[in-house]
Amino acid sequence: MVRYVLQKLLFMLVSIFVLASATFFLMKAIPGNPFQSEKNIPAAIQERLNEEYGLNDPLGVQYLHYMNNLIHFDLGTSMKQQYVTVIDIIKTGFIYSLQIGIFAIIVAVAAGVLFGLIAALNHRKFLDGFTILIAVIGVSIPNFVVATGLQWIFGVKLRVLDVAGLNDPTDFIMPVLALSFLPAAFIARLVRSSMLEVLSADYMKTARAKGLSGRVILVRHALRNAILPVVTYIGPMTANIITGSVVIEQIFGIGGLGKFFVNSITNRDYTLIMGLTLFYAVILMLARFLTDIAYGFVDPRIKLSRGKGG
Amino acid sequence: MKEQTLTPSDFEKLSQDEKQGEIVVRESISAWKDAWLRLKTNRMAMISLWILAFIILVTIFGQLIATHDYRTQDLQSTNMAPSSDHWFGTDSLGRDMFSRTWMGSGISLQVGIYAALVDLVVGVIMGGIMGYFGGKVDEVLNRFCEILYSIPSLLVVILLIVVMEPSMFTIIVALSITGWINMAWIVRGQIMQLKNQEYVLAARSLGAGPSRILLKHLIPNAMGPIIVTITMTVPNAIFAEAFLSFLGLGVQSPAASLGTLINDAIKAMTVYPWRMLFPATLISLTMLCFNIFGDGLRDALDPKMKK
Repeated sequence: MVRYVLQKLLFMLVSIFVLASATFFLMKAIPGNPFQSEKNIPAAIQERLNEEYGLNDPLGVQYLHYMNNLIHFDLGTSMKQQYVTVIDIIKTGFIYSLQIGIFAIIVAVAAGVLFGLIAALNHRKFLDGFTILIAVIGVSIPNFVVATGLQWIFGVKLRVLDVAGLNDPTDFIMPVLALSFLPAAFIARLVRSSMLEVLSADYMKTARAKGLSGRVILVRHALRNAILPVVTYIGPMTANIITGSVVIEQIFGIGGLGKFFVNSITNRDYTLIMGLTLFYAVILMLARFLTDIAYGFVDPRIKLSRGKGG
Repeated sequence: MKEQTLTPSDFEKLSQDEKQGEIVVRESISAWKDAWLRLKTNRMAMISLWILAFIILVTIFGQLIATHDYRTQDLQSTNMAPSSDHWFGTDSLGRDMFSRTWMGSGISLQVGIYAALVDLVVGVIMGGIMGYFGGKVDEVLNRFCEILYSIPSLLVVILLIVVMEPSMFTIIVALSITGWINMAWIVRGQIMQLKNQEYVLAARSLGAGPSRILLKHLIPNAMGPIIVTITMTVPNAIFAEAFLSFLGLGVQSPAASLGTLINDAIKAMTVYPWRMLFPATLISLTMLCFNIFGDGLRDALDPKMKK
């Protein structure tokens, strides 16, 4: 087990290193320099700026400097907003994104498992087909369509919820719903198919033959096993919620990290783009790492297939 | 051993009855035809196929039946509701939304289809090499894929497009850089299963080289999962493109994809909802049909998997 964890950890660090390097060299590959767009900057000031930001150093030195800063969690300062560091922006924005993201995960898992269960228990009946149809629609409709649809119905037509902002608890409803729609649909499909598999397994017959009550069989024997594949979906779900939040925050006017990200792209604020991309990537890789570990604990067969691991 | 003796009666013609027993009455059905017959019984998948065909047809010929072209601005009639003149209304610059929606559909579909094709070519080649040669080659390439895969693909795509100028070409390139890995893994798994079968041994002993065995024997037999993966890649690429448009990294004006149209419409959503309605419905319908059709295709090509 220890070897398995270490292996995954090492793998994550290599991936982060590759991405950080790729980001650095990509940003250096952009023609021109970041201060060129502002007009009428005297050559002397231009030179001074380059000196200040270390842009006159050889590429290798710049790279080492950048990597050294990364190790100390220094992502640099924004190139368009003076005296604002990337870390500052993450500190202000991340709390909103995190709240919405966590609520969305909770809703997605709860709704997904519930609907998947309903579908599996009504296999080949109306409720099954209906849930499946909703789930296919759920994975097909882009989240920005869902978000604007909700906004239109509840915000504009019915006027029961605020169209934008995040001022009181009810304002969370629409962003969280829009963000959790796709993962919920996906989880429902996962749970349904694995539940159908589990329900026809021999140990279900054994449990029934022992005379256990229907609820115990369902929860302790069936659902517990059927929910395993959901664990593997945590990684992709995090990815989904991160990219989703970028769009959702823009639509609902929430000042989270996603909104800063979109703005940084429109302003071509390169240090901010770099910093936020890396931050997102690290969160995502952490989620994947935790998924791998969790799966190793939950499903003992993983250890077996790896041979004599710790 | 008993010696076999032939009598003159062995050389007589068979009676008509005996001949009938050997005649194949029904036409023989190939694996592909079999899959098609199964697919035809799946009502949802067939409906999706018809809707997709319809969408593609209108996308191709939409510009011809439209009353206005997609780029002419008419500042006298901006943000108009749908009417007999402008079937889907007009946008904030008075451009005809009918024509723009189908133009957008064309770009979205092209991004989806080209991205899927690049994934197909690169993924099949890489997956074929990994699966067929195995050993060290497989290990190195597989590690490479794993590292590339562990980097969030949309973030890479965003970075690449920030660096390159956004256009349909760069979007397809950026999507393909990480997109092929999934296909490669699926092909690899298939090839690993297939390469130890007798017909491969037979081909090898007849002197066929690796590329011939891969292209003529292994990949045709792995075609089912490959086709299903392509069908599922298209909606993902369409969504990715729409997402990029949302960040302002999509195709640039006056051209527009469905994603750009939706992004433009969101700003005026509360006042002119119809500008949102048509592109949003179209993109959702396209992705929905691709997904349902892909599900149906998977069931048809691999009946054992069906639940």
